[in-house]
Amino acid sequence: MRKPNSTLAAQPVRRSGAVESRSGWRSRLRAYVHSHRQNARESFQRMVDEPLQSVMTMLVVAIALALPAMLYVGVSSLQQLSGSWDSSAQMTLFLNKGAKDKAIKSLIARLESNTELAEIHYISPGQALDALQDSAGFGEALTLLDENPLPPVLLVVPIGEIEADVPRVEQLVKTLAMEPLVDDVQLDMKWLQRMQQILDIGRQITVLLGGALSLGVLLVVGNTIRLAIESRREEILVVKLVGGTNGFVRRPFLYTGLWYGVCGGLIAWLGVVLGQLWLGTTVTRLAALYQSDFALKSLGLDGMLVLIAFGGILGLVGAGLAVGRHIAQLEP
Amino acid sequence: MIEFDNVSKRYPDGHEALSQVSFALDAGEMAFLTGHSGAGKSTLLKLIMLMERPSGGQLLVNGKSLSRLHKSQIPYYRRRVGVVFQNHQLLFDRSVFDNVALPMQVSGAERRDIERRVRAALDKVGLLSKEKLNPVQLSGGEQQRIGIARAVVHTPRILLADEPTGNLDPELSAEIMTLFEDFRNVGVSVLVATHDIALILAMDERVLTLNQGRLSEAARLAQA
Repeated sequence: MRKPNSTLAAQPVRRSGAVESRSGWRSRLRAYVHSHRQNARESFQRMVDEPLQSVMTMLVVAIALALPAMLYVGVSSLQQLSGSWDSSAQMTLFLNKGAKDKAIKSLIARLESNTELAEIHYISPGQALDALQDSAGFGEALTLLDENPLPPVLLVVPIGEIEADVPRVEQLVKTLAMEPLVDDVQLDMKWLQRMQQILDIGRQITVLLGGALSLGVLLVVGNTIRLAIESRREEILVVKLVGGTNGFVRRPFLYTGLWYGVCGGLIAWLGVVLGQLWLGTTVTRLAALYQSDFALKSLGLDGMLVLIAFGGILGLVGAGLAVGRHIAQLEP
Repeated sequence: MIEFDNVSKRYPDGHEALSQVSFALDAGEMAFLTGHSGAGKSTLLKLIMLMERPSGGQLLVNGKSLSRLHKSQIPYYRRRVGVVFQNHQLLFDRSVFDNVALPMQVSGAERRDIERRVRAALDKVGLLSKEKLNPVQLSGGEQQRIGIARAVVHTPRILLADEPTGNLDPELSAEIMTLFEDFRNVGVSVLVATHDIALILAMDERVLTLNQGRLSEAARLAQA
């Protein structure tokens, strides 16, 4: 032990006491930022020190985030698909198979005078067969047919004004079906509407699932933090005894929650991307069969940032709920 | 600096730990608080630390009543008090240095400041060479000295010690007491709870004796 000659006992006691009154706001800020950085680092180190526990919590967060994210990807990919037809109330008129060219021509002429129709395309059975042969790998099979089984087809598109007006479109369908040459009228829009409804349901399920799983994340992170608080009880009491505020005690736990959320979000993004890669080739091949360049919408950098931010917020809030309840109660 | 005015403390179970205790301790004054175990020494220290609240009477520190202190102000109040705990209350998940640095970290001091003062405090208790070790690796006496370094690192205006020499040999105890006197000499109020009579006899300081919660102040033992 040395005799007093150092800075400690040698300096006179300041009337205003405590260290803090001496330093300006600039150094206080610097110390504050440093303290935050240190807390963030130490919280991360603590997680690394207990890898099993941390990874499990992160995985729970990741799964909870990845499921709605995948649903979202699926729904918005389909949305994209239906989007290309979105505004069109295109109708397909299947004509009698034996219809003569002349009769078809006069029908087209009649339809062209119909003010409710904007476009009329004629696809002859031959053209349809050629198209079919080129695509979908039916070429071989089609050569076996004795005669062309395809009917002549008219694609008609109603004018813009009535496109969205379902009763008028349906009225138009009825009128067109009355034409003697017309065998059947198919309204592509019906199909589209059904798909829209399915997509709406999909979106709602995404929101519902996302909400429920977010709540799950809050509870899981909250519980993990609660256990961490319990295991560091002694430390918290000592810190409070030497003048640590509740805020100071809370900080490392909030950072722990933040880390869980951020890492969980990152893992979720990785999971979704890997899932896309795995599913992607299959989906693309399937889409090719249907003459579509449909592909899964990718969850790019934006998606990563959103997942990380959302995970981070959830982790922070979950930790906040836990520390809010437990730390104020811990008093020496 | 510290003023007890008819302070009583009755615990919820009906046990009266302190009854009508009155005394004052000025800045730059040192006193021993003695008495058999269970006489209320720890309770008295806990009242000053605001770990407990009095059930009667007034407790003033620096002229202000502690009962008026809002809960959110307690941490700031505690930063001006240094405490040496009987069971050290060290944290074994960090180095000696970080243990001593704790009171400065919580008050948001700058790293340079922290390093300078922690080293000064460790130097005073003779543990500067062990700053990087974990307290677990140190002996009981050394752990006690870490606790003392932590209690004084932020130059508190009040220094409380609960059996600070419990684990120390007489020679070391005397050195610790000299250290406390150094603080007293620069204006700190020092209150040391102990039942080490030999130590008390060796020092010429005020002695407050607690007996079943009642306080009496003897004439200075050394003079008697």
